Amino acid sequence: MTNNQLTESGRLKHFLTIEGLKRDLLTDIMDHAEQFSSLSGRQVKKVPLLRGKTIMNLFFENSTRTRTTFELAAKRLSADVLNLNINTSATSKGESLLDTLHNLQAMHADMFVVRHNKSGAAEFIAQHVAPHVSVINAGDGCHAHPTQAMLDMFTIRRHKQHFPDLCVAIVGDVLHSRVARSQIQALATLGVGEVRIIGPQTLLPADSQTLGVHVYHDMEKGLKDVDVIITLRLQIERMQGALLPSPQEYYESYGLTEEKLKLAKPDAIVMHPGPINRGVEIASSIADGPQSVILEQVTHGIAVRMAVMSMVLGSQSEQQDDST
Amino acid sequence: MKLKISNGRVIDPANYIDDQLDVYIDNGLVLAVGKSPEAFIPDRVIDATDQIVCPGLVDISARLGEPSQQHTSSISSETRAAIKGGITTLCTPPDTDPIIDSPAAVELLEDRATKAGSANIYIIGALTQKLEGELLSEMLALKQAGCIGVSNGLSPIRNTLVLRRAMEYAATLDLTIFINAADPWLQSQGCIHEGMVSTRLGLGGIPEAAETIAIARDISLIEHSHVTAHFHNISSGKSAAMIKEAQERGLPITADVSPHHLHLSEHDIGNYDSLSHVIPPLRSTRDREQLQQSVREGVIGTISSHHHPLDNDAKLGPFADTTPGISGLETLLPLTLKLVDDEELSLQQAIASLTINPARVLGLDAGHLTVGSKADICIFNPESHCECLPEQFISAGKNSPFAGWHFRNEVSFTLLNGRVLYEREPNHLLSGHSN
Repeated sequence: MTNNQLTESGRLKHFLTIEGLKRDLLTDIMDHAEQFSSLSGRQVKKVPLLRGKTIMNLFFENSTRTRTTFELAAKRLSADVLNLNINTSATSKGESLLDTLHNLQAMHADMFVVRHNKSGAAEFIAQHVAPHVSVINAGDGCHAHPTQAMLDMFTIRRHKQHFPDLCVAIVGDVLHSRVARSQIQALATLGVGEVRIIGPQTLLPADSQTLGVHVYHDMEKGLKDVDVIITLRLQIERMQGALLPSPQEYYESYGLTEEKLKLAKPDAIVMHPGPINRGVEIASSIADGPQSVILEQVTHGIAVRMAVMSMVLGSQSEQQDDST
Repeated sequence: MKLKISNGRVIDPANYIDDQLDVYIDNGLVLAVGKSPEAFIPDRVIDATDQIVCPGLVDISARLGEPSQQHTSSISSETRAAIKGGITTLCTPPDTDPIIDSPAAVELLEDRATKAGSANIYIIGALTQKLEGELLSEMLALKQAGCIGVSNGLSPIRNTLVLRRAMEYAATLDLTIFINAADPWLQSQGCIHEGMVSTRLGLGGIPEAAETIAIARDISLIEHSHVTAHFHNISSGKSAAMIKEAQERGLPITADVSPHHLHLSEHDIGNYDSLSHVIPPLRSTRDREQLQQSVREGVIGTISSHHHPLDNDAKLGPFADTTPGISGLETLLPLTLKLVDDEELSLQQAIASLTINPARVLGLDAGHLTVGSKADICIFNPESHCECLPEQFISAGKNSPFAGWHFRNEVSFTLLNGRVLYEREPNHLLSGHSN
């Protein structure tokens, strides 16, 4: 169903979602990222892999960190990068999303990195771009954020050796989280022993168990003996719409505190996709503490995005070879 | 013009007829079924050997896109699409632009319908002014202008007191009220059924309770006001169970369902297929089975296309940004009869759900072949095979999720008032002038 992101030979044509991808491919991404990761220690951090390629970052929704790491990743691969922050109100003014795309495509882009506030937008764009253009999903609505999930997997692999032995807890607003959806799929694909989601019923999706997770409403039970804790960002606008009474009450129940962290395994790592609301999802002392790998996640974001971009554009040249 | 439809299998559920019979038509009316009237010399004979002859279909809810939305569709194209689909009578809800809440709006639509000249069009008027759910429409004036019922269309009435008054007033005028049951708050956040697919795709969900809460409220008020009520487009099994319970208590309640809710489920949305974007949403496979069962049991007596023609742009975009709706006139008959092939319904039941049942709900003298009635007739070939190709629809809306489905039961003739308005392969099936 989602395999339109693969070429006929099973390589990445687009990178839209983790769903439907095989374990070998995810491992491949992490292995590539491992190689790129060693570059960052060097004086010259660039490699010429994507020289002459044009990558356009199309951000229909604001983001600083994700866009910056995509930009850095592309530059380190020697690609030409263009950042476009597209106000969605401008696209609604007569010019449709597709018109915008076709115009940019006419400038000979090789890849669009897309962030959009509607679920399915990256998929939609991938269906409508010219055959030689690849699309990477940098977050679509509440659906998927596959590069974030892969950098999280990469970070977990750096700290924990064997996925099947792990128990991973994802805490917070899973309902609105594209990160959580992609993480859950990636963890399942990599064969993680147990994935838990923890949160109040208002912030967990309907029929959550169909995602293959164990559902907890209680941190005490949910965090018991876990190896990895992923706290999700709580958007402050969730207080609107009667999903939660207050940030204080959320912190009381689901904020990660020193006390709650003790329930997890002693060597558990703490992750967060950022940006952090200190004192809402997580106590400052933990975010900055020894078990936190939050800044590592940011660093790994560059290597993982380099891996994905090079693999996707690598499959393009494979296709061109096939056609000659 | 005298017409004879010879040798077909006539199925007329209203008259308990299912037999190989000839139908004789004169002056736009059914003159006889079975025995030839004396000295009847037809001007034309339609050979219906191996075909089924039934009353022209009655579609209880179809949006025609008129009057102001001409860019999408016009009454002319949509009624021709209906005729091609074997539909001779259709009923349009009031939530058009302009809203049908005044006699002038009714006349405008009727004028267009008359000019279009094919298929009988009946109009359901607005229950409240501008469908805002606050002030009652002039229901008497609407009734006098020809409206056969009242409805608030797809805009639910939030204020329960207004709804109660509206029902009481409609009951006073003996007008049937047509209801699209939806709780506006529970529906507001979503675009698909809340369940495993909404969870997987990260799309806002519409819980089943959005429908059942509204139905529970409405049934209480129907019981209070004694209004005759019809629920449109039921999407969940629980709703059907509630309607069944109310019917068993003797309340004057009927209901319809769409072929897409009888054939598809949330899973057909697959990977954001906007053609399956429809309100109420496609629900679980269990709901689909329960809806089929409710049709079988007669709780839901009518199947309606809920036709909503849309141009291609309306379906282009990220799923939640696309317009809900399915173009259904040309697939109503084959999709309903597919349930017969799947052994979910008997053929008589399927035809009744498309003819006499909706006609009775609407209070129309239609949907039957009683001698002396208007000769609105559909003839279809149960052995024909065709592939559903929306780009070949006559309707301006090509928005169908059934592209590529294989159907039997293609319509071969549609007659309105004894006139052949549609015939497939005209030179092939006709025997011309003969005795």
